[in-house]
Amino acid sequence: MKSLEELQAIRDKMKAQLSNRGMAEGDDVKIVVGMATCGIAAGARATLKAITDEVEARGMTNVKIAQTGCIGICKYEPIVDVIMPGQEKVTYVHVSPERVKTIIANHVINGNVVEEYTYSHAVAKA
Amino acid sequence: MDELALNILDVACNSVKAGAKNVTLDITADTAADTLTVTIGDDGCGMDESFLRRVTDPFTTTRTTRKVGMGLPLYKMTAEMTGGRLTIDSTVGEGTTVTAVFGLKHIDRPPLGDVGFTVSTLISGSPDIRFRFRYAVDGNEYTFDSLELSGFDVRDAFVVKYIGDMIAENIENINGGTYI
Repeated sequence: MKSLEELQAIRDKMKAQLSNRGMAEGDDVKIVVGMATCGIAAGARATLKAITDEVEARGMTNVKIAQTGCIGICKYEPIVDVIMPGQEKVTYVHVSPERVKTIIANHVINGNVVEEYTYSHAVAKA
Repeated sequence: MDELALNILDVACNSVKAGAKNVTLDITADTAADTLTVTIGDDGCGMDESFLRRVTDPFTTTRTTRKVGMGLPLYKMTAEMTGGRLTIDSTVGEGTTVTAVFGLKHIDRPPLGDVGFTVSTLISGSPDIRFRFRYAVDGNEYTFDSLELSGFDVRDAFVVKYIGDMIAENIENINGGTYI
């Protein structure tokens, strides 16, 4: 049975592992998910869930989630911004749970932007 | 939207935008009365009478990015399709309460879906707001207050996932075999 006590114990363990690897807290990756009616209807909550599933599966400790409202390009929802420490944000569009896996693996972990899923690529193609 | 938890997330986001400091979400299933009642309350800015009259019109919105607001109209339609109704009480400066009643066993009622992750999504999206959640089925209830999370970083993706799973697990235990 899950509990807040267990969550605290897991977080403490993760922090200790982070410290053992010589890593400091603060170098967080920020992932922003559009969560207005258009985003939710297009599957943004499933996208957010997929992000948290992937983070848990990979034991990542430095991913922070934020949400935003409608930015007026509803046809590209679900829209996700990935902001790596010290870098410009990259906006991904039509981010399905399947795309989440690719984005986390290629961009968040290996630092390679997945160009074909980006907003600029979608606009250039349109 | 294919599950009510998505409508709930969408409508509760209005409370966040209304500048609420406290948001309550109450989901009550009554098998004898055959009703599922979802109440979302906040202490945000509220709405005046003229806006309240138009608020379930799809062409009414406070947004500036587009001219339609589909959240409440869709929610109202979903409730009415199941023989239920949507009621909105609001007072400027005091807050708003949105109550939707659904026919519990009605064939057109979407499943409640993943309410646990909806609640954790709301909490992580607005860490400064106090969310109180109550889920009850025939008198058995589970409650969760986001104040219990003090000391946790609710923006941490791992924490968001864990809280969602924890609430879902507790809801499952309350259901006792009833399909909600």
